[in-house]
Amino acid sequence: MTPLLSVQGVAKRYGAQIGCTDVSFDLYPGEVMGIVGESGSGKSTLLNCMAGHLSPDAGRVIFDTRAEGPRDTLTMSEPERRMLGRTDWAFVHQHARDGLRMGVSAGGNVGERLMAVGARHYGDIRHKALDWLDRVEIDAGRVDDRPTTFSGGMQQRLQIARNLVTGPRLVFMDEPTGGLDVSVQARLLDLLRGLVRDMGLSAIIVTHDLAVVRLLADRLMVMKSGHVVEAGLTDQVLDDPQHAYTQLLVSSVLQV
Amino acid sequence: MTGDSYNFAYLDEQTKRMIRRAILKGLAVPGYQVPFASREMPMPYGWGTGGVQVSAAVLTPEDRFKVIDQGADDTTNAVSIRSFFQRTAGVETTTATEEATVIQTRHRIPEAPLGEGQILVYQVPIPEPLRFLEPRESETRKMHSLEEYGLMHVKLYEDISRHGHIATSYAYPVKVEARYVMDPSPIPKFDNPKLNDCPAIQLFGAGREQRIYALPPYTRVTSLDFEDHPFEATKADHPCGLCGAGDSYLDEVIVDDAGGRMFVCSDTDYCESRQRQSHRGKDAA
Amino acid sequence: MIELNNVSKTFTLHNQGGAVIEVLNDVSLRVAPGECVALTGASGSGKSSLMRMIYGNYRAQGGAIRVGGIDLVQAEPREVIRIRRDVMGYVSQFLRVVPRVPTLEVVAEPLRAIGVARDEAEARARELLAQLNIPEPLWSLSPTTFSGGEQQRVNIARGFAHAYPAMLLDEPTASLDATNRDVVLTLIEQAKARGAAIIGIFHDEAARERVCDRMINVGDFTPGRAA
Repeated sequence: MTPLLSVQGVAKRYGAQIGCTDVSFDLYPGEVMGIVGESGSGKSTLLNCMAGHLSPDAGRVIFDTRAEGPRDTLTMSEPERRMLGRTDWAFVHQHARDGLRMGVSAGGNVGERLMAVGARHYGDIRHKALDWLDRVEIDAGRVDDRPTTFSGGMQQRLQIARNLVTGPRLVFMDEPTGGLDVSVQARLLDLLRGLVRDMGLSAIIVTHDLAVVRLLADRLMVMKSGHVVEAGLTDQVLDDPQHAYTQLLVSSVLQV
Repeated sequence: MTGDSYNFAYLDEQTKRMIRRAILKGLAVPGYQVPFASREMPMPYGWGTGGVQVSAAVLTPEDRFKVIDQGADDTTNAVSIRSFFQRTAGVETTTATEEATVIQTRHRIPEAPLGEGQILVYQVPIPEPLRFLEPRESETRKMHSLEEYGLMHVKLYEDISRHGHIATSYAYPVKVEARYVMDPSPIPKFDNPKLNDCPAIQLFGAGREQRIYALPPYTRVTSLDFEDHPFEATKADHPCGLCGAGDSYLDEVIVDDAGGRMFVCSDTDYCESRQRQSHRGKDAA
Repeated sequence: MIELNNVSKTFTLHNQGGAVIEVLNDVSLRVAPGECVALTGASGSGKSSLMRMIYGNYRAQGGAIRVGGIDLVQAEPREVIRIRRDVMGYVSQFLRVVPRVPTLEVVAEPLRAIGVARDEAEARARELLAQLNIPEPLWSLSPTTFSGGEQQRVNIARGFAHAYPAMLLDEPTASLDATNRDVVLTLIEQAKARGAAIIGIFHDEAARERVCDRMINVGDFTPGRAA
């Protein structure tokens, strides 16, 4: 089987400071991988390098494109990469306002990606937007409201709908449940799990919340000071951590 | 002060040359916004500083110059700009569309068909059609260069979802030669079809925003729309009260304290020439 | 179906002076289809650890653990996930679920994961929940609020939803009343009859007698220090 995403020797430096270095892994279709580590461990840098928001200093990020098979996204032309960004890739930001257009209605937010790939039939676009609002449990009556009038959890769900409407194959998520109430988090996690399963999505989730990766991720990568210190099956890494840092991380979580 | 105190058409030759280069570039890449070093003009921003600079750069001593503001030759702005070039360039002026070689306009395209050899200069307040949805200039430039125009339709989508139809009635976005999305300046969408396949040169100047863009003669210009909500060039559903024209864009004028109103051509030259040909509307004296 | 060769396990506690705890040494065993094997041994002898290693939850330091032809010690995460989805079920002592998901969906999930249609998967889930005497009004609620015994039964229902060729059962009858204990033992007997290879930990001796074909004393593999 061809990996959907193959990351090979990716490194990013900020001057003398290491952002992340020597990161390699293969992600297969339908797999969900978590990346955990403390603030400054390089997990967000890595995510942004993979998603094309930052250009790494070394390495390759090979994506199995629909049309032409595996391509290094770092050497692609910018239009091609941006096209991927609104078709086969999705990016869910920690803060919904970074991923939404706050001045545009919920329906317009969901419809934008459709229009960006050429949808020109208002009725169809609206129908799809309503369908997606339903899938992320937002009442159809809110379709013409702006996200500024939504709660944090609703904004996050709208961001997810907006990202998934074009049927992407790979979703990058940066702390998708950060900053939400615990009860809202649970609902979002449940929703994400269902969508990942039903759409056969592959996902890379950056978080510092070990409970989130336990519920969502098949695989886990632990980062410290820009290096991957441990990787493996999520429950194995969490229940039988091998590296000193992972042991510390796991034992530092408060039990409830 | 006499005209001799100034260079021809107010601006110095180097500046005009710089503006002409921007215009030529704009003509070469229709619909593309060319940055230019806009000068301080002896008038406030928003009064047509962009249009005036473009006019200054294209005027020659042989030109006949016309200025309209919302279609009218007789409003303060039109009168001032016309006399400005009368004094600084000594060019002939006219109010007749057919006789003019250069027409500077704010918010209208004349009703009378334009011909080859004419130049229409638009005053543009905000040249960037994507501005209201994407405030970052760095991002909108990228969107233009990569032809990422989905956002433009988001604006139209918002219109339909809120009003049931595309309510944008002026500055209605267009696509030029199937490439650049362009703001046609705040002309009513009634005028949009006149942008297309026009024999005259159309130049757009935005002074405060320092941008010039252009449509060479016979450029294909289409208004954006949805398949199930096609573009419509609308106007008030009345004939002109003075000349009886049924095909011209109308202004609504309140005529008394009792709410009485009449509709008249916004293009004063068009209306007057019709009246001279003895066309009469129902409100004509 | 399940085969272990020379498997060993140590824990290295990096944050406690690098202490190394040897848990199991040189474990070899094999379980054939249709066979149920009980792991026995004193508390702390490593029964649960061994079971977790077979499931891939704990990492083995040496040897090979073959389930359905794949060596889980060497396998890529996605292969382990495939084995867990298709081949090997695990009923642990604790139910771990996403909050808010209704019981019916929790039980149907293993079938949904292998592509069974929702209706069919939920029909099987209903059947099992009824068999295990979970009152129907609870099916649409999340099991996170259930009593310990109810959670245990939901866990068993989930574990038996898909007919795995290999099963690991950690104290499946603990904290169950006589009626439900009997239901669970019957489920195990049925699984054996269809050819499942089963490894179980049973403190309940009578249950062990009823379903297990043989016993393996894990204490035999425990390094001297713990004996």
